Amino acid sequence: MAVKIEYKTISRVAGPLVFVKKTHPVGYGELVELKINGEQKFGQVLETAEDNVVVQLFEGTSGIDKDVTVKFLDEPLTLKLDDSIQGRILTGIGKPLDNGPALVGAKTEIGGAAINPFSRGLPNNFIQTGISSIDLMTTLVRGQKLPIFSGSGLSHNDLALQIARQAKVVGDDSEFLVIFAAMGITNEDALKFQRSFEESGAIKNAVLFINKADDPSVERLVTPRMALTAAEYFAFEKGKHVLVIMTDMTNYCESLREIGAAREEIPGRRGYPGYMYTDLAELYERAGMIKGKPGSVTQIPILTMPGDDKTHPIPDLTGYITEGQVQLGRELHRKNIYPSIDVLPSLSRLMGLGTGKGKTREDHKKVADQVFALYAEGKDLRGLVAIVGEEALSDRDKRKLNFAKIFEDRFLQQGLDENRSFQDTIDLAWELLSTIPREELVKIDNKLKDIYYVESKSKK
Amino acid sequence: MATNLKGKIIRVSGPVVEATGISVAMSDIVRVGTEELMGEVIKIEENSFIIQVYENTTGVRPGEPVVNTHLPLSVELGPGLLSSIYDGIQRPLEILEKEMGYFIKRGVNADGISHSKKWDFKATVKKGAVLEEGAIIGEVKEFDFTHKVMLPNRVSGKIAEIKSGSFTVTDIVGKLEDGTELKMSHFQPVRVARNFKTKLAPAEPLTTGQRVYDVFFPVAKGGVAALPGPFGAGKTVTQQAIAKWSDADIVIYVGCGERGNEMTEVLTDFPKLIDPKTGKALMERTVLIANTSNMPVAAREASIYVGITIAEYYRDQGLHVALMADSTSRWAEAMREISSRLEEMPGEEGYPAYLSTRLANFYERAGLVTTLNGEQGSITAIGAVSPAGGDFSEPVTQNTLRVAKCFWALDAKLAEKRHYWSINWLNSYSLYHESLREYFKKTADVNWEFKVKELMNILQEEDALMEIVQLVGSDSLPESQQITLEVAKIIREHLLQQNAFHEVDRFCPLEKSNDLIDLVFLFRDSAIKALEAGVPAKDILETKGQYEIATVKLELDYKKVLGKTQKAITSEMDELIKRYK
Repeated sequence: MAVKIEYKTISRVAGPLVFVKKTHPVGYGELVELKINGEQKFGQVLETAEDNVVVQLFEGTSGIDKDVTVKFLDEPLTLKLDDSIQGRILTGIGKPLDNGPALVGAKTEIGGAAINPFSRGLPNNFIQTGISSIDLMTTLVRGQKLPIFSGSGLSHNDLALQIARQAKVVGDDSEFLVIFAAMGITNEDALKFQRSFEESGAIKNAVLFINKADDPSVERLVTPRMALTAAEYFAFEKGKHVLVIMTDMTNYCESLREIGAAREEIPGRRGYPGYMYTDLAELYERAGMIKGKPGSVTQIPILTMPGDDKTHPIPDLTGYITEGQVQLGRELHRKNIYPSIDVLPSLSRLMGLGTGKGKTREDHKKVADQVFALYAEGKDLRGLVAIVGEEALSDRDKRKLNFAKIFEDRFLQQGLDENRSFQDTIDLAWELLSTIPREELVKIDNKLKDIYYVESKSKK
Repeated sequence: MATNLKGKIIRVSGPVVEATGISVAMSDIVRVGTEELMGEVIKIEENSFIIQVYENTTGVRPGEPVVNTHLPLSVELGPGLLSSIYDGIQRPLEILEKEMGYFIKRGVNADGISHSKKWDFKATVKKGAVLEEGAIIGEVKEFDFTHKVMLPNRVSGKIAEIKSGSFTVTDIVGKLEDGTELKMSHFQPVRVARNFKTKLAPAEPLTTGQRVYDVFFPVAKGGVAALPGPFGAGKTVTQQAIAKWSDADIVIYVGCGERGNEMTEVLTDFPKLIDPKTGKALMERTVLIANTSNMPVAAREASIYVGITIAEYYRDQGLHVALMADSTSRWAEAMREISSRLEEMPGEEGYPAYLSTRLANFYERAGLVTTLNGEQGSITAIGAVSPAGGDFSEPVTQNTLRVAKCFWALDAKLAEKRHYWSINWLNSYSLYHESLREYFKKTADVNWEFKVKELMNILQEEDALMEIVQLVGSDSLPESQQITLEVAKIIREHLLQQNAFHEVDRFCPLEKSNDLIDLVFLFRDSAIKALEAGVPAKDILETKGQYEIATVKLELDYKKVLGKTQKAITSEMDELIKRYK
């Protein structure tokens, strides 16, 4: 087994796939090395039968002919990991991109095993992002996977970087280690990210994996797995809190479709492979905590919804796996509101676990519910106003209409460097709620209203 | 037989492995490769056969051995199931953690129930008794339940010996005359239903403590409900709430291809929560099956069958079982994935053509039955469906609706407004109203049926009126219709909506629902009275009394504030009437 046989028996090349005839048994998922004029390329076994093997190449198949040497390495794809990876900028398959030395450290399989559900720790630490709409309405919790659903041209990258800069757990000094996985992003964006990390000094506390738009698309399937393997290392072996930002998952899924088509698989919805749910779950489910271990992996995947369509398979399947979503809205973006978070379709499923007495504040959940309800109703009324005019509204409805407006202008809107504490956020929410008569706030108990409702303003 | 003969792997493609060299039957469990991964035979060809492997196959190579166990995929049934948490093939996750650490690795076998724990077995039959299959031979105390030990299916005969005492589940507690050994546990194949005597028509509701379900769309004990909805509409929260608060004796919760953190939440929540019916921890009546979305896809396919087989076992002990399957779409997708790797001809949207048969076979295992031993037991199956893009016309939803009599349509629009339970009251239906009529008449209110219909009429009228309001505003409606809109709003906010996370509101007994309904009618009747007395609708709409209904809803000892609220509503109207006289 130790002898690594070399073959020159490529029978077929199709897209990123290479079909090789061979004689010794090759394991499913094994790493494969190809040599073309001294240059190395790597691939992975997708299917193994008695006399032939299908190999998926990570770096594209251009230049490959039937005489290329193929070597099966008898091990799966790995990332070399130790603490020295911190602060590095790497390619999508873990090669240095920062002129630094090649990685050293223990080879770690990047496939990632599923965390035993019984061994999971319950995520329940509130992460303060400093962004009011997220902190109050779609609260992020340590160990959660909360994607940003965006559209092309929206400000998701700024938002992600702002979260990366500001995220902290109140009352806990340990900083987040940020692991950044970029898939198929433009050179310009890559530069921007790199610079943002380097200039703020945040790079010391980060690892960047960058696969650019003109890098081989198959490499994209590896990038998030590399990033998450590094994240798990820091979280569960080094006890750190890790924030993984993955952008853009849409490019990842396109690559998945490309491979599926090259393998001539029966496609599912819109040509994406039927196993895309499982494949995405293998990434997203790597967020979490483990009982009795200090670290955590929190994920913020970013995806751009093709045509802003939330029912497109990529956001759709993502939404079914992740614990909520932060959705950006084009309408808000056009109104020049940053961050243009549309709170109505946004949701954090773990919010209940990270909020309330002892974590944020006893009134958090109920205030959030009330703000949601009022904003939703106020927004609905805008449609009516367009037809019948504002005068036709009852006083009650006028108040709601006004609420929607001040909510957008004062609560949603904040600066790129504006880091609001949770206290400021929830106080601001009460200030807005106090434009509504107390008894109409039906979602909040009287007890809480006694404490927090600002009586004087509503009397006017 | 040729059990020690070894076959040979010839092809590996993800969870699908092709092998040759030994004789196998369909559905046989085989051990695959040097790590002895568990797999099931799903197709037999002329010279080879195909196995779906329940564990990750990375590193498995052609030439490795395959061994047939000659047993179908089975679960081990007996005392010790309750409060367990399993993966998709009944391996206790707690034991897997001990054996392989925090991450799921492979090649580990574990007994479904503990083989070392001793139970006090009390024989309830004597030597010489002639017993049919499914007959009860003894009892064991499992938490608060009297766990009945039964003869397995297709086992019958005359008792030759039997003894009471302290035994493990694999100890022999007796023998039949034909030599069959009797134990507290036995294996049951999961893909065939357990036998029962007769199916009965359901006549009692599964009371969930959730107003919108109990009042408007009740499901019967022994019924089937489909719960489709786009993501974020609250499928999982609904399933969990029903698992927590319904009056089932036993709850089987199958997390099929869903989130790991959610299972952790259930695991953390349930031991702390108290069953309102028995006063015991909810975990003591629950079996959890957690095959999260990143665990092997073939085991996901199996998990649903494992769940329903355990449900049938408790049903056969004369208990009412609620089975939650979250989500059946992931199960269907697992079927699709395996089917596509077999290169089968796909049906609609790539799902295999046998999708509808499989779904129907599964749901038909629910029902109220007379068991083999003459007791009555039931399985209520509640299947969440996750339609792609929230489009209910997709195959899993449609095929489920063919067999489900309750359609609880979750609505993303309502969820966006934080209207929870976000079930769409116009699209949803229950076909059990008829069979449950007598029950509600007796237990809730003689006029129950009439009241529910009336509430529904108001909501339907609201829907029709809203189209006009969208165009011209509510002010231009006749005053009586403005009142109707207000009443509909109260129904939506105080009856339909319920806060699953509020310490009181999360569980609403039928009696309380009935009292809340009466408050709504009280408001309507006094509003109409005021209107007829000449009070303008505008003033009626500004009254504050209606907000008191929320107080009733959120109060544990609500009877205390009920009178005050009734008074608040009527006195305010009476004052208005006086003012306009």
